[in-house]
Amino acid sequence: MKRRSFITKTTATGAFLGLAGMQLGSCKPNGTKKITILHTNDVHSHIDPFPSDHARYANLGGLARRANLVTQLRRENPNTLLFDAGDIFQGTPYFNFYGGELEFKLMSLLKYDAATIGNHDFDNGIDGLYAQTPHAKFELLSANYDFKNTVMDGVVKPYKIFTVDGVKVGVYGLGIALDGLVTPKLYKETKYEDPYEVALDMERILKEDEGCDLIICLSHLGYDYEGNPNRPDDVRLASATYHTNLIIGGHTHTFLDKPDVRTNAVGKPVLVNQVGCYGLHLGKIDFYFDKQNNSNTEGVSIQI
Amino acid sequence: MGLKIKHFVIFITFLSVGCQRHPQQLTKVEASRITVSDSIIGNDSITFFIAPYKKRIDAVLDSTLAYVPKDLVKNDGERNTSAGNFLADAILEQANPIFTSRTGKQIDFVVLNHGGIRSIISKGNVNARTAYQFMPFENTIVVVEMSGTSVKDLFTFLANSGRAHPVANTKLIVEGSNTFTKMEINGKPFDENQTYFVATNDYLVQGGDDMGFFKNRSGITNLDYLVRNAIIDYFKKMDTITANVDDRFIQIP
Repeated sequence: MKRRSFITKTTATGAFLGLAGMQLGSCKPNGTKKITILHTNDVHSHIDPFPSDHARYANLGGLARRANLVTQLRRENPNTLLFDAGDIFQGTPYFNFYGGELEFKLMSLLKYDAATIGNHDFDNGIDGLYAQTPHAKFELLSANYDFKNTVMDGVVKPYKIFTVDGVKVGVYGLGIALDGLVTPKLYKETKYEDPYEVALDMERILKEDEGCDLIICLSHLGYDYEGNPNRPDDVRLASATYHTNLIIGGHTHTFLDKPDVRTNAVGKPVLVNQVGCYGLHLGKIDFYFDKQNNSNTEGVSIQI
Repeated sequence: MGLKIKHFVIFITFLSVGCQRHPQQLTKVEASRITVSDSIIGNDSITFFIAPYKKRIDAVLDSTLAYVPKDLVKNDGERNTSAGNFLADAILEQANPIFTSRTGKQIDFVVLNHGGIRSIISKGNVNARTAYQFMPFENTIVVVEMSGTSVKDLFTFLANSGRAHPVANTKLIVEGSNTFTKMEINGKPFDENQTYFVATNDYLVQGGDDMGFFKNRSGITNLDYLVRNAIIDYFKKMDTITANVDDRFIQIP
């Protein structure tokens, strides 16, 4: 689970990287910064593109294509982060044969920065998931699964802060209730905690304690259960939050052609996005920043 | 040498103080969705990395396991079909020895859902890939203990379902919607006071496909045996796979 070196800020290398960073941007007067967020969800082991005779998704998807697409987008803007919102596993023989090894290795080659854990990522049991974690060179984030009494204890972090071009991006993960979706013998002692409460804790820490400029939630809750009180979802999460800017969703395989702009608890916009499934699409959201004393307006221009 | 290092440290300190991280104000958001289509060329090194994994899967999935002399389809009978009979017979054949070794009991009959059959099996050689296409889901075989009354409810449900839900080890004739003129299970006449062991899958036991009658069960044994693996093992065991529409479930209008 090593972070890519150019984003890592350890105390040993911080001064040197900081120097390079300052020359590139953070000291530049009146500089506008652009952070690009790329994301997938529910890829479900779809490594090869769909065949040309497939009834619905002919010639779509494929990891090798996504790799070139991501490389091109990183070239256009090096200040890019790549995330996945869970259900990486299960859906093709690649998972049945190799248990998720290839999925994690390929996501590492594509330089994914973080992913959250979906219900299907437990399909080979929590031990099966743990066995593949050495192949993941990206962070697994989940704030509302308590793994304390499982092999995953210490492997999964609740949140991670990425400093990109001097912008602090705080990312936390949320998972769906496992009871009824996954048999207990697979998830073992994993404890599910209320995602709304945990989200408010996480965003408060990221905003107030850590001073993040951008806060992103990787959620495998599902997009919209139309108010069902027993099934928390992304749209209600959005309206309950104070500081989260973007919820990258999964689980419901919802094809949004653009992010859903919701209003949070203090009347500010928060984006909810989800790009279907199987790696058919890549979501791309660009956030532009100005130094706080430079911007003369409180409003955010959302052009989607 | 020492002096140079000192200077370097001072230089960094000076810059660090002079240029702190400023909080950033979000001013604008733009979004787009990019479709991963064949207009994007695949990355060769990724394709090369995947190749050995793919090669092994193809070798295993594509090696011939059995021969099917006649198409197995989902719609060649009213209350039972060749594809459904093949599936239900395969599960009975493969699951019964496991159930017996665990419990000392016998599976009496099998019931599954017609919608769970995801493709036909075309005549010719079949392999593990055929099994993945026929049964892509990770459902396991489950044996449910049911009272005779619940079994009768189950058969009545099947007779009124309008679909050919697969069954095995039965001989049923129903006239109209609920008059059973013949009910045999495992070669013996149906006994409403007897307990029956019914093999099905975990999805249906959890209420999938509206098969709510499994709620009235008295015991449950999950064999931890994937339906798909049972099909693959059945292919390996049988050289030739034949299944026909027969008299296991007949409905007379």
